[in-house]
Amino acid sequence: MAKFENPDEIKVIVATDCGSTTTKAILIEYINGEYRLITRGEAPTTVEAPFEDVTMGVLNAVAEVEELSGRKLLDENGRFISPCQGDVGTDVFISTSSAGGGLQMMVAGVVRSMTAESAERAALGAGAIVMDVIASNDKRLPHQQIERIRALRPDMILLSGGIDGGTMTHVVEIAELISAADPRPRLGSSYKLPIIYAGNKDATGPVKDALIDKVDLKTVENLRPVLERENLGPAREEIHEQFMEHVMAQAPGYKKLMSWADAPIMPTPGAVGLIIQTIAEIYGIEALGVDIGGATTDVFSVFRPDGKTPVFNRTVSANLGMSYSISNVFAEATLPMVMRWVPFKMDERDLRNRVKNKMIRPTTIPQSMEELIFEQAIAKEALRLALIQHKSFATVLKGIQQQRTIADAFEQSTSGATIVNMMSLDMLIGSGGVLSHAPRRQQSALMMIDAFMPEGVTRLAVDSIFMMPQLGVLTEVQPKAATEVFEKDCLIHLGTCIAPSGTSKKPGPVLKYTLELPTGAVSGTLEHLEMKRFDLGVQENGLPMTAKATFEPERGYDVGGGKGNKVTKVIHGGVVGIILDGRGRPFDLSSLSEDERVTYLKKWMTELNIYPADKL
Amino acid sequence: MAHAYTPGLKVTEKLLVRKHRILPLKGEVIVKVGDQVSPDDVVARTHLPGNVVPLNVANKLGIPPEDMGEVMVVKEGQPIKDGEPIAVKKAFIKWFSSTCTATIDGTLESISSVTGQVLQRGHPIPVEVTAYLKGEVVDVIPDEGVVVSCQAAFIQGIFGIGGEASGTLHIAVPDNTTVLEANLIDENMKDQVIVGGSLVTADAIKKAIKVGVKGIVIGGFDDKDLRDFLGYDIGVAITGSEEIGVTLVVTEGFGQINMAQKTFELLKRNQGEMVCINGATQIRAGVIRPEVVIPIRSEGVAASQEGEAQMEGLAIGSPVRVIRHPYFGRLGKVTDLPAPLHKLESESKARILEVEFDNGERAIVPRANVETIESK
Repeated sequence: MAKFENPDEIKVIVATDCGSTTTKAILIEYINGEYRLITRGEAPTTVEAPFEDVTMGVLNAVAEVEELSGRKLLDENGRFISPCQGDVGTDVFISTSSAGGGLQMMVAGVVRSMTAESAERAALGAGAIVMDVIASNDKRLPHQQIERIRALRPDMILLSGGIDGGTMTHVVEIAELISAADPRPRLGSSYKLPIIYAGNKDATGPVKDALIDKVDLKTVENLRPVLERENLGPAREEIHEQFMEHVMAQAPGYKKLMSWADAPIMPTPGAVGLIIQTIAEIYGIEALGVDIGGATTDVFSVFRPDGKTPVFNRTVSANLGMSYSISNVFAEATLPMVMRWVPFKMDERDLRNRVKNKMIRPTTIPQSMEELIFEQAIAKEALRLALIQHKSFATVLKGIQQQRTIADAFEQSTSGATIVNMMSLDMLIGSGGVLSHAPRRQQSALMMIDAFMPEGVTRLAVDSIFMMPQLGVLTEVQPKAATEVFEKDCLIHLGTCIAPSGTSKKPGPVLKYTLELPTGAVSGTLEHLEMKRFDLGVQENGLPMTAKATFEPERGYDVGGGKGNKVTKVIHGGVVGIILDGRGRPFDLSSLSEDERVTYLKKWMTELNIYPADKL
Repeated sequence: MAHAYTPGLKVTEKLLVRKHRILPLKGEVIVKVGDQVSPDDVVARTHLPGNVVPLNVANKLGIPPEDMGEVMVVKEGQPIKDGEPIAVKKAFIKWFSSTCTATIDGTLESISSVTGQVLQRGHPIPVEVTAYLKGEVVDVIPDEGVVVSCQAAFIQGIFGIGGEASGTLHIAVPDNTTVLEANLIDENMKDQVIVGGSLVTADAIKKAIKVGVKGIVIGGFDDKDLRDFLGYDIGVAITGSEEIGVTLVVTEGFGQINMAQKTFELLKRNQGEMVCINGATQIRAGVIRPEVVIPIRSEGVAASQEGEAQMEGLAIGSPVRVIRHPYFGRLGKVTDLPAPLHKLESESKARILEVEFDNGERAIVPRANVETIESK
């Protein structure tokens, strides 16, 4: 396949994502000075028997793209025609994969909240599912740890521990435990389990002695060379390397797929992380992405705790999802927390049975409006819980001595404080069936607002067809194409939410606003517990319309400029428009009586046109 | 996607059931092809490596790890016994010598002069695999296990609790709509697998465990009772390892819901036969459903193969069960399959079908919300 020195020469791109059930292909072309999505196709994934060759699904999905676009992409032998000439062939083919359960890893470190957590961050960032974290102080006895390592069959293990030049004993002890457990790889027993060592460089020798006979040991730079700094890059690269070499190579048909691809095949979540990082970097913003699936919910974020350097984090909430794991969401969130979003009464026994029936028959869809409202209430709680987990993981490094001045003494920030700041967050991106396929886009917007409670001015968007993985790999080949398609075709811009942070016990104004909309300026006052919506749509090229807006919060309220300070900025529209949220932050429905709660819910849902008024 | 419907659970009079009975590690297969086996017969056995218990000898004796070689009196690979010395630190005066003793029986696996730690490995743990079915050994996978096969009436459940069990089949209710209450269970049902109708109460399960019932096959079960009974909420549908003293196979779903007439009749016809059940359920990739297997002796018609594709798809006249509100649990026949997408009350657009329920009433239902009722 053609290789390009200059990425600008790339005019046609085919990208696929091999999911565990469906393989999705997209076709991107450079037309009239911009990269745009032309069409997409999908076909069942063919990793499992009787096909056992992933490329069949890829070819089927690409064949659908051929049919829809009229562009001939494959020759008579089923190979990509490259480079493109006129309306035949493609310049680039790339792919991601989560088929066969994705990349499953175990990580180990010395101190749970320090090196083990850094290792976990490295593995998650590379797109892995972390099956367990073993640490010297994880409160399990050594024989319990050994049993656990033996019982899990990961694709690889990441071992870290100790700063360079520090004590070696503990990390060698963990290496000895792993050696005693004699872990086996998940796929096939024809090769040794890869273990990546990214710990104290002085302990490399003894770690090698303990493990070399039993596993395939790779050594990279320490991921925590000093306490104050993480160095996750080399470990993440080695994880991708091993993923290609071992995990992918074991899966049926992947060798062929790898030979077709112009960039290394990436684990799907790793690619999603890449596109979010790229967007945050190009626009200099802070972004948070969430992908809520049937079994799990992934949260990706880029924040700049020091105002400059972007810090990327990813978490996977393994048992928060909308079908297989729906019952767990219900159990973790508890019934009252789910029901607070529902503006009518439902019988508890009946509700419990409905949730369990969805769990055992996960492909069913809500037919009645009552079922939809209830399902979206559960989604809000699943997203809220996933964000809580993300907040507790995305922190400044723990275990570091901080020098404090007298000014810091009042800030109460501690070692390990979260870097997730909903006030400084610029963009919230949702994906996954319940958000991407909600019958009304307003429902997606309200689900994200109710679940994440953004503060200040925050743009909202959803990924319409889950194209983020393909665009993530594309950033490695042609970043301009990736970002253009992301902005214009992948995202459905919902609009912007303006939510003053602060609380009030009594009614009264929260914020004065002036919006200079294309249809004319509007100004007014937002009252406590009030929500308002204004139209500000999308341009023909897919990008959102913009408008200048001025917000003057009341004393005690903040929209990003400090309490009571006026903020003027350009805001972005979308298919939903501009939402003013006067419910305050932190938002607490429990202060309302049952009747008040139902009245307010109905009012908000009517104002934002969430559900048909006659169904509320 | 073309198959936007749930294929439905298998309920069939006669099926060739084949079960792989495989050891977790390589070991010894103790039956041969052609052997007749019963559910509790052991077909293969092996030994899992014993548990590993680390012991920091250097710390115990107060020596630097590099001196380990000088103190160890047991070498790597040698047997050890709980309480017997494995390392001794000698002193000029014998009284000041100190000893470190093994904490388990087994062998000494390794000695580390970096950490001062030794790893003690316990005796191997025996593991046995039973036949589970009453049938014939049709294949032997050397060192790994066997395939046991039998012709059987076969019923797939939707959800279960508890592992493999077997016993005599007993119908404990007059019909498929009756709730299985505690008063319907008596001591004669010890070691039996009993069948109820639309629901089993928590009291009935407690009574069943008390009298020694092996398993319960039931139409519906209340989630609240399940939680009260287990003491925790099942968050993710992966079951089979619960040890509650009885195996439960739910055929229809959560809540009070009549067992499908065909399922009930099939069970009723096999009253008094030996039955093998398994509650293990896994609803994720690689779905596992609970099952009821009733091995049969008669020859007669050829049985279909387990797992044989029966995806004929939906057609006008196909019997279906609705599996979501507002018509949850109702049975009927497909009367129309319009091709275009239809806007539901929830405003979602989906492919639908028209169904006529048993009472003649008709309704529009998304295809994703029905399952075909398979029977052969």
